[in-house]
Amino acid sequence: MQVFPFLVVAWIVAVGLYGMVTSRDLIHQIVCLIVVQSSTYVLLLAVGYVTGGVAPYFSDISVHAKAVDPVVQALALTDVVVEAAVTALLLSFAVQAHKKFGTLDPHDLAEFKG
Amino acid sequence: MTARQRLWLFGIAMAGLVACYLWAFAGLPGFGDYPGPYGQDILAHAVGQTNATGVVSAINFEYRGFDTVGEEFILFTAAAGMSVVLRRLRGEREHEPVEPPVDKARRRSLPSTSSSVRVVTLVLVGPIALIGWWLASHAQTDPSGGFQGGVLLATAFMLVYLSGESLAFRRLSPVALLNAAEAMGAGGFAAIGLAAVAQGLPYLYNFLPLGRIPGAVSSSGTIALISFFVGIEVASAFVLIVGEMLEQTLFFRRVRQEGRGS
Repeated sequence: MQVFPFLVVAWIVAVGLYGMVTSRDLIHQIVCLIVVQSSTYVLLLAVGYVTGGVAPYFSDISVHAKAVDPVVQALALTDVVVEAAVTALLLSFAVQAHKKFGTLDPHDLAEFKG
Repeated sequence: MTARQRLWLFGIAMAGLVACYLWAFAGLPGFGDYPGPYGQDILAHAVGQTNATGVVSAINFEYRGFDTVGEEFILFTAAAGMSVVLRRLRGEREHEPVEPPVDKARRRSLPSTSSSVRVVTLVLVGPIALIGWWLASHAQTDPSGGFQGGVLLATAFMLVYLSGESLAFRRLSPVALLNAAEAMGAGGFAAIGLAAVAQGLPYLYNFLPLGRIPGAVSSSGTIALISFFVGIEVASAFVLIVGEMLEQTLFFRRVRQEGRGS
């Protein structure tokens, strides 16, 4: 089971990319991008896991307890915030595209050039 | 390009990606054997150095505090970018929301929000705001911090909207006040760093007293203070972002079909 978390990461990326490529709706496409990005959380947390480690919070356990890597957890937090920002911006572009062209289908949008 | 060709191209690209991934994966340490010396080093010293028992917060707001300034300004920029992208286009004008809102997709009118939904959401506003505040002010002790707490605080505003009070939501979140709060949150973080510089210390150096008991609310110096400012910034940024989106659906309608493609 050593490789299982990393296979999960690959699977999430593949599913999200497939969704983006075959999508017929901008909102759906943005959600697929979120799926792709969520694979990075799994990857970060899987990379930083230490066998038998606890969460890096020491309010009620010994400071010397074995804990998982806290740096990747801080990175995952950054990741979530950036994803929220990216999603918000992309959704507002989708709103404007729909207002301007009356459609959210990327295949139709490609015809408008601009 | 037809959909079929696109799928073929995707298949070829995926095959390459999978090959690269497996190659990279062969060089990764096994699951649970991460040797990362940086993280273990911080684990060994963080509680003693900062009196914060939440080591993730200690990294976010102290050891890698400079990165978090950047992260916070990404959110700040996204909120500002949204108001630029969603500005009023030519041929658009504001009008009062249609009551009751019409579901265009299915050609039926929506039922109004039921009283049970209204009561439950309005009852939840207080507790959720309290939990958000608690999270934003306990970064130094528990798995919490300004980012998590700020999102929950913003959720309290969303609940007002969910209860069907879209006009109350607009009244409760005046854009000028939110902009000021957001600027204060982002600027406060940067100012704490500058305050350290003014004393001849490195940027974002933890210059406040650390308290005596590790994990006490009053401990950890600037970590707790920065988390508080981040909480304000995140809460106001999210209310702004959601407010912009709601405004699009509630107050603006495309009125000129010939504006298409212009």
